[in-house]
Amino acid sequence: MSTHILKYESQRVAKLYFIAAMGLFAGQILFGIGLGLQYLLGDLLFPYIPFNIARMVHTNLLIVWLLFGFMGAAYYLIPEEAETELHSPRLAIALFWIFLVAGALTIVGYLTLPYAKLAELTGNELLQTMGREFLEQPLPTKLGIVVVALGFLYNISMTVLKGRKTAISLVLLMGLWGLALMFLFSFVNPHNLVRDKMYWWFVVHLWVEGVWELILGALLAFVLVKTTGVDREVIDKWLYVIIAFALMTGILGTGHHFYFIGLPGYWQWIGSVFSAMEPIPFFMMTVFAFNMVQRRRREHPNQAAILWAVGTSVLGFLGAGLWGFIHTLSPVNYYTHGTQITAAHGHLAFYGAYVLVVITLISYAMPTLRGRVANSKQAQNVEMWSFWIMTIGMATMVLALTGAGILQVWLQRMPTDGAMGFMATQDQLRFFYWIRVVGGVTFLIGQFAYFASFFIGGDHVLSEDQAPALGGGGILRRAPARQRMD
Amino acid sequence: MSQTAGGFTKQMARNIFYGGTAFFALLFIALVFHTERRIPERSNAQAITPAVVAGKKIWETRNCIGCHTLLGEGAYFAPELGNVYKRRGPDFIKGWMKAQPTHVEGRRQMPQFNLSEQQLDELVEFLKWTGEINTEKWPPNIEG
Repeated sequence: MSTHILKYESQRVAKLYFIAAMGLFAGQILFGIGLGLQYLLGDLLFPYIPFNIARMVHTNLLIVWLLFGFMGAAYYLIPEEAETELHSPRLAIALFWIFLVAGALTIVGYLTLPYAKLAELTGNELLQTMGREFLEQPLPTKLGIVVVALGFLYNISMTVLKGRKTAISLVLLMGLWGLALMFLFSFVNPHNLVRDKMYWWFVVHLWVEGVWELILGALLAFVLVKTTGVDREVIDKWLYVIIAFALMTGILGTGHHFYFIGLPGYWQWIGSVFSAMEPIPFFMMTVFAFNMVQRRRREHPNQAAILWAVGTSVLGFLGAGLWGFIHTLSPVNYYTHGTQITAAHGHLAFYGAYVLVVITLISYAMPTLRGRVANSKQAQNVEMWSFWIMTIGMATMVLALTGAGILQVWLQRMPTDGAMGFMATQDQLRFFYWIRVVGGVTFLIGQFAYFASFFIGGDHVLSEDQAPALGGGGILRRAPARQRMD
Repeated sequence: MSQTAGGFTKQMARNIFYGGTAFFALLFIALVFHTERRIPERSNAQAITPAVVAGKKIWETRNCIGCHTLLGEGAYFAPELGNVYKRRGPDFIKGWMKAQPTHVEGRRQMPQFNLSEQQLDELVEFLKWTGEINTEKWPPNIEG
């Protein structure tokens, strides 16, 4: 086995993070299916796991596993980009266990204690931050996240400072520092609900439609540099243009959450105009990924990683871009705000942009962490199948929720008088909710296939010279384009 | 080496990123400052009594947002509560909360939170105040 496959020994810490991320991802999907069933069988698991608790576990697991994924990705990527060992692998491992134990205790707390009791026991009185969507974590957990984030940022920043500074690592660092900075707003909870909601979006929106896009762009660019061999100058330029558009549209795009929560009416104009442009960077990301793959200078043996990368760019555009756009204009959002349309968009956006980019990185990095350039053809086939099964499962869910949302708007929101009540409307949506569960179970099967792909043997690609022997890749198998665009 | 003279360079792209981000971040901050000054009037801030504050805390520590929406934000499992005071009135809200869970088979269940009479009143005060916020006429109708 060649040892040069992994360029820096300290990149190994990433493996722990990736494994934990995948474990939590599995938990997220199980709870998701439980929630989907509770939409149909209202008293399922009641009173043991009420809907609000299950949802909190579902969404918090998502956030935490994506954070694990981002951190693992950074620990893998930064040494390679900086061309130096990680500042402190021991700190990275210590923080891993702190974060995992704190996360696990939080989930156990959610599931075993009444939420009010948990708030009381964890000192919510000192600084009331709990009970707001996605930011339900008890105060010690929130403080723990800050400590872990600071230690992590210290570690990777020191690594970059002592090594080579590439555009990819700088953009990743900016994204991660931004993530930590914006999280500080989770400690801001004014008595005035309107103010509370406004600052709440500083965390939620400026994460997923702001600084996280920097992380997304950097990770995607890294995998494309590695797998296509396209010149860094070209990839860096794309990266900067994409993130420039992401923040130039996304920052004022925050306004699309400010329409109906008590803030001035001018946000309807600002939010509509700027968020309508938010699909642009996602569309550019799609063009970017296809373009780089077409102009590739080498056939990388890890075709699965390339599929995930292209998949991220396409589904990120569909979920964050297109499904965001359909309800982002304020006259439309007036009717769709807080309906199943929002749920449809949220699911596809998170899957397309963030779930897939983390898996892209894992798919590229994990074989190298296991001493291979790429997995065997059989293992990659299962992995590629898992992409399609998960994606079809997600598409089924999203189309079902979109159908549910349209009907909900029609029955409950459009009529000026004699509109149907919330619960009566829900009864009319049962058909769509069943389809959604089917989609969810399909997704779970795809996820299982993905995990299984790690255990499939065969002839793994152990050195770079073996590379061109491998087939597969479907749409990506076209010959590299000859002409250059720039 | 891929750069041709006079073309769009990586440095230009980077400058657009830094310049554009800084410009829009500052514009956003300026707008938020302006919005801050409008919030008291738009939210009837003078009507935020200690009961409203206590009610908000009850709302949060029971994780109500995990099932309901409030001004359209939250989970989509149970009805919108931003306008529930207008839709149902205070007595219904209190009676409803005392009667939970309904135990009707197959129906969505709301937990029993065992709130005291005073806590119920505080929660109602919070929902009443929330219903007075200027939400640009949202929701479209009383059903929320």
